Amino acid sequence: MIISTLSAVILDSNIGWAGLLQVSLSCITIALGLFFVLAGSIGVLRFPDFYTRLHAAGMTDTLGAELILIGLIIQSGFTQTSLKLLMIGFFLLLTSPTATHAIAHSAYTANLKPKLGKHSFSKTRGGRS
Amino acid sequence: MHDPHVILKVISKFLVPFIALFAFYVQFHGDFGPGGGFQAGVILAAAVILYALIFGLDAAKKAFPPSWVRVGMSLGVLLYGGTGVLTWILGGDFLSYGVLAHDPAHGQHYGIIAVELGILCSVTNVMIAIFYAFGSRQPEVDEDNW
Repeated sequence: MIISTLSAVILDSNIGWAGLLQVSLSCITIALGLFFVLAGSIGVLRFPDFYTRLHAAGMTDTLGAELILIGLIIQSGFTQTSLKLLMIGFFLLLTSPTATHAIAHSAYTANLKPKLGKHSFSKTRGGRS
Repeated sequence: MHDPHVILKVISKFLVPFIALFAFYVQFHGDFGPGGGFQAGVILAAAVILYALIFGLDAAKKAFPPSWVRVGMSLGVLLYGGTGVLTWILGGDFLSYGVLAHDPAHGQHYGIIAVELGILCSVTNVMIAIFYAFGSRQPEVDEDNW
């Protein structure tokens, strides 16, 4: 029934099945990217210490931004805009983990200790498993 | 010897030429879209500043000597003002580019390109000069006496 409704809509409008596939694929990819960005924001707010927050921010920032860019590339088709977006994605893929690495490395060099919970290795090794 | 900054060095060595290339893209795109001399100059200076931050101020001063900075700062202003004086000599007002070519539209195009090149040269070198001036400042208090 959904298929028949959709095909009726497509026959009325002037986009074909390829256009519908393009739009829906880009929408799914952008929604996935937005989900990762949202998860990263919640992680930055909720995680207990610096390293876990950096993990949430760095990992999901790369993945979320990349997915949104891929969605935009799919939406803009085979054009010059798409090439520019591809280059932005490539450089973001290089620089974002590098920035995260630099921040984490400087925190480690400055002797910032990660916050360890009661289930950490150092406590459970001697006591109960 | 173990170098703790090897990732930063590799990535920035790869990125610096692309940053400079992007600066020229912004520069020559200024006639048609967003961009222009000031933004391009800042991006071009950012390439040199990134190099200085990663590889040290001495390496950056070897790659982009302070004598170039001094010449470049004044050369940019000279190019900007010289375009204006040239339009005076050709019989127009100060910086009225229309007299630069036979067709006034072409003349405006040439004038904009010359002025933007002047801005690029000046802004790049002023930004690098500010960074060099701050970067090579000696600490007033010794490290031990804090």
